Amino acid sequence: MGLFTILISNIFVNNYVLARFLGICPFLGVSNKTETATGMGIAVTFVVTLSSIITYAIHKYILLPRELVYLQTIVFILVIAALVQFVEMVMKKTSPGLYSALGVYLPLITTNCVVLGVALLNVQEGNNLIETIFTAVGASLGFMLSLILISAIREQLVIKDVPEALEGFPIALITAGLMSIAFLGFNGLV
Amino acid sequence: MGIFEPVTVLGGLGLLFGAGLSIASKAFEVEVNPKVEEVRQVLPGANCGACGFPGCDGLANAIAGGKAPVNACSVGGQAVADQVADIMGVNPAESVRKVAVVLCQGDCHKAKDKYIYNGIEAKDKYIYNGIVDCRAQNILAGGSKSCSYGCLGCGTCKDVCEFDAIQIIDGIAVIDKEKCTSCEKCIGVCPKGIIELVPYEQEVIVKCKSNDKGKNVRENCSIGCIGCQICVKNCPEDAFVFEKFLAKIDYEKCTNCGICADKCPTKAIWSSLEGVQAKAE
Repeated sequence: MGLFTILISNIFVNNYVLARFLGICPFLGVSNKTETATGMGIAVTFVVTLSSIITYAIHKYILLPRELVYLQTIVFILVIAALVQFVEMVMKKTSPGLYSALGVYLPLITTNCVVLGVALLNVQEGNNLIETIFTAVGASLGFMLSLILISAIREQLVIKDVPEALEGFPIALITAGLMSIAFLGFNGLV
Repeated sequence: MGIFEPVTVLGGLGLLFGAGLSIASKAFEVEVNPKVEEVRQVLPGANCGACGFPGCDGLANAIAGGKAPVNACSVGGQAVADQVADIMGVNPAESVRKVAVVLCQGDCHKAKDKYIYNGIEAKDKYIYNGIVDCRAQNILAGGSKSCSYGCLGCGTCKDVCEFDAIQIIDGIAVIDKEKCTSCEKCIGVCPKGIIELVPYEQEVIVKCKSNDKGKNVRENCSIGCIGCQICVKNCPEDAFVFEKFLAKIDYEKCTNCGICADKCPTKAIWSSLEGVQAKAE
């Protein structure tokens, strides 16, 4: 599979949020404003890409030779948790505004299944390093894309005349469902 | 072989990441103002939001950052303001204690009704059985009172008061100024907007918000402000503001002399001064 194909596949066709239904929590939690959504997307991109590379190395050079592949889940979570802590520290120092805007969702990247999902799927499909990086970047760009799309829609929804019973989360869930159906249209592209 | 290798691998990785993080935490250390925690300690901790900041933590941050005055906490009052000023090392600013007051005296004996709401005493016309809530009542033709400015008496303010300071007496809300902490919750829910903050020391208050003309006020209520301006003419301190057929006291100028309450023909000007009360009765 060509690298470009991997990228397109992960951004659109197999979008982690809208086609694989991973990472729904931040998808609905931090999609109120485009600004925070973008910040969250960048943070996730950073964590996913870096964690994929590290987990790839750990898997290939530590777990495989010692036949410890059954440890991959717990080791990958360890890597992700440490990385998220690191990102949190850096963000608190360099961008306090974004730090407080993301709030609890930043440490929650730890339990964001996109991050673990990408790491595990990479290993399962036996990707090499370059493919791993492209998968990770594609997956997180896809995550960021869907996050920015829904946040832009939700910003519009706030000023629209939504039936009272559907205000807030209900209409967001309906929007997410419609977006998911729309993304089905990419099927067969790859 | 068994258990040794996985434990070493996992433990080793854990140790490695832990060490890395502790180095990073030193490298990216953010200094937290120690005053934030100290200020937070003396604040009441009710997280009521009356100060306009998200909870007591938010206010502590703002005070320590110099974005809020030391007396920003209205619930804690002067005692808390003094302590906070102590921590921040500034002179405590005198904060005027304010209490919420319902600006209506038209109880079920003095004000007329348009219709009957949930059996609340009325003289004639409609009977409505609905939710006992001023906001609901207000939607129905502006409430049951003939006067469209008066207290509806369903006790929505009483329900939101966390300090048990509000009572419904004869169909209007009355706030106990000793219990009131000026958290402004009642002000937020009152559909008529007739609850206002007034200085605690204030003894003379125009307890009417009606902007109707004198004739209409008289028709609807026996204790409303009819806009005669007798108070305005008699005030020695020139402390009255008169607009839209309603007198209003400028609390900064008022000296609580009680002359206006004495002269007021409808007694719409309420007073807690003893002499005036005795005369009124």
